[in-house]
Amino acid sequence: MASSMLSLGSTSLLTREINKDKLKLGNSGSNPFLKAKSSSRVTMMTVAVKPSRFEGITMAPPDPILGVSEAFKADTNELKLNLGVGAYRTEELQPYVLNVVKKAENLMLERGDNKEYLPIEGLAAFNKATAELLFGANHPIIKEQKVATIQGLSGTGSLRLAAALIERYFPGAKVLISSPTWGNHKNIFNDAKVPWSEYRYYDPKTIGLDFEGMIADIKEAPEGSFILLHGCAHNPTGIDPTPEQWVKIADVIQEKNHIPFFDVAYQGFASGSLDEDAASVRLFAERGMEFFVAQSYSKNLGLYAERIGAINVVCSSADAATRVKSQLKRIARPMYSNPPVHGARIVANVVGDATMFNEWKAEMEMMAGRIKTVRQELYDSLVSKDKSGKDWSFILKQIGMFSFTGLNKAQSDNMTNKWHVYMTKDGRISLAGLSLAKCEYLADAIIDSYHNALLYWKTPIEL
Amino acid sequence: MESVFSNVARAPEDPILGVTVAYNKDPSPVKINLGVGAYRTEEGKPLVLDVVRRAELQLVNDQTRVKEYIPIVGLADFNKLSAKLILGGDSPAIKENRVATIQCLSGTGSLRVGAEFLTKHYHQNVIYIPKPTWGNHPKVFNLAGLSVEYFRYYDPTTRGLDFQGLIEDLGAAPSGAIVLLHACAHNPTGVDPTPEQWEQIRQLIRSKSLLPFFDSAYQGFASGSLDTDAQSVRMFVADGGECLIAQSYAKNMGLYGERVGALSIVCKSADVASKVESQVKLVVRPMYSSPPIHGASIVATILKSRERNRTPGDWSHIIKQIGMFTFTGLNTEQVAFMTKEHHIYMTSDGRISMAGLSSKTVPHLADAIHAAVARLG
Repeated sequence: MASSMLSLGSTSLLTREINKDKLKLGNSGSNPFLKAKSSSRVTMMTVAVKPSRFEGITMAPPDPILGVSEAFKADTNELKLNLGVGAYRTEELQPYVLNVVKKAENLMLERGDNKEYLPIEGLAAFNKATAELLFGANHPIIKEQKVATIQGLSGTGSLRLAAALIERYFPGAKVLISSPTWGNHKNIFNDAKVPWSEYRYYDPKTIGLDFEGMIADIKEAPEGSFILLHGCAHNPTGIDPTPEQWVKIADVIQEKNHIPFFDVAYQGFASGSLDEDAASVRLFAERGMEFFVAQSYSKNLGLYAERIGAINVVCSSADAATRVKSQLKRIARPMYSNPPVHGARIVANVVGDATMFNEWKAEMEMMAGRIKTVRQELYDSLVSKDKSGKDWSFILKQIGMFSFTGLNKAQSDNMTNKWHVYMTKDGRISLAGLSLAKCEYLADAIIDSYHNALLYWKTPIEL
Repeated sequence: MESVFSNVARAPEDPILGVTVAYNKDPSPVKINLGVGAYRTEEGKPLVLDVVRRAELQLVNDQTRVKEYIPIVGLADFNKLSAKLILGGDSPAIKENRVATIQCLSGTGSLRVGAEFLTKHYHQNVIYIPKPTWGNHPKVFNLAGLSVEYFRYYDPTTRGLDFQGLIEDLGAAPSGAIVLLHACAHNPTGVDPTPEQWEQIRQLIRSKSLLPFFDSAYQGFASGSLDTDAQSVRMFVADGGECLIAQSYAKNMGLYGERVGALSIVCKSADVASKVESQVKLVVRPMYSSPPIHGASIVATILKSRERNRTPGDWSHIIKQIGMFTFTGLNTEQVAFMTKEHHIYMTSDGRISMAGLSSKTVPHLADAIHAAVARLG
């Protein structure tokens, strides 16, 4: 950034010099009612020598996650497999619009709903439904109005609102994020100007959770830090703490007066059960702690493109919740004024109708079920094909859309270059993009990449 | 244990959107809402355009449609058509691929993303905005990291444009400063420069290398003609210079709640435009990842069929029935009196939205104004 600013600075100096000469030409004797054509000819000359104000801007690199799909599209090989972005696919590897969503949309059209601005905080029916889904409809914190909920632009937008609130009201406070975490988390806190650091999470030796490291790092953080936790189905690893571990995590957070900050993007999608997937969040609510929860309906309702989610701030009193909500509105207004209505209405309709709600639960169980089945099939294929005795059981222990394969960059590159399997460089594969039919092929690719990739890579250099 | 939110104060309601909040609370049967700019029918009801309903029906019934994430910059069709709408189909800037267009969340979102981009990549971090302007403008720019200065715009003595003041103030602005211009139907005054005045403004801006940032929220809505309402923007683009444009479809397509808009950055070259677009993506990704699909699909469907059928749009009959904002010249005291005694809801600067008025309610408004002026002259 700094270097491009400098080059722009010299560009503007140059511009000013040129303008000094041209100014006379442009202004002297110019009749304010001169016909547009002739005056623009004069000004055209002035403008033609000026370089772009954006000359020094460099091409930004493609997004590491979304860029994978772009590369996949460009590949013409018929064996190609897209295990990049986390969007659910059917067994036929097609995108899936939930039946219950189609039903809701048709209902909305029939009713002739209007398109008026939502309030800054979003659709009231949606806000009510989303908080109840998360905490349970009869939870005391909802009854006592201790939760400030505002509709946000899916998970990202909700995280961003919270980050802006943290920057404003907790100046200097740090957010601790897991190592690794979803790539965009860092960008969000950077742009919101909230400092962050990492706590240990993934242990490459066990392809499991580095629980000791996690607890130690949380303990060491300055008191009152924000701890970003994945509510379930950790992205990118798929590795979640056990219920017992969650208790210990809550203990150390309370001990240090830290503020938990949950990212819940997969409620209902991880285990298939909305309640089970909310267990970690509800554990913290039971403790009477104040904390943040960002929600997304991209995956569990397949509403990716509608950008529907929410930020919930659990406070110690209804008064605090009112004040916090008012400040979240103050952040949203200069960002986009008020949120989009369509996705919010879909959620409110689905959750608000008992029949549709049950249909949703069934479809969600189906989606989560397909992923579990595919996990099992992949594991079985790996075990039957790999004669090295490597322990592949980590695949079954992981949960959710993603699996951290333990493959490093060179091995992941081999997956793509030799096998046309598209995945992110950190070794993450999206099981949502895998079909039963392709499990054997994928197993072959993983086994080859794991055992041989470094050989392929080393050989030219050894020569 | 003390709340970690103890130092969080209660924010006041937004000055514009809060008017509707107060209106909703009032039980009086004669209340009128002249606050937020949203079109109302003669019966005082919101309106969804027929052309929008038809497009929605088409979209919802299309079995091939999916809800996958759209690109960070939004729908490609929507972006192309939006650029064409504001710049004209024959615009050389478009033909030369010099325009980076990014779907954003209506006007506000387009302004915010544009401002964040400028803070990161443009050497001047000051933006000049007209006095007065839409209440949300200074907040959008401040939070994006720009500092805000005002240029004279409205002359209360003439209730018209203070053109001399405008020229002086922009003339005194530092070279390269950003300048916010309302493309047409200035909000809140309803006062626009004439074409001749626009030409002078353009010359001044270009001579000082000021960077224009257009806010186009009423294209087609002001005069009834999409082309006429885009003249100011097209004049600037025609001289080959650079500018930013924030477009909103909230009013002209009645898509308020769907949050549909576009940010266009007109650059000197295709190469620069492509680099600019890549950097704008980095602003969007940590803000909301990608924009919402629904409203943009509706707009794309309508604009595509408009292109095919060459009809100028079905909006003219609606435009003639409604106006824009009017600055009444009433002061805050008089406004407060009208709200309290006559249940008229409007912003404290004396702005009324003509869209909220119908022939039935005009007498009530007239009486209220008369009473306010008589009492508090």
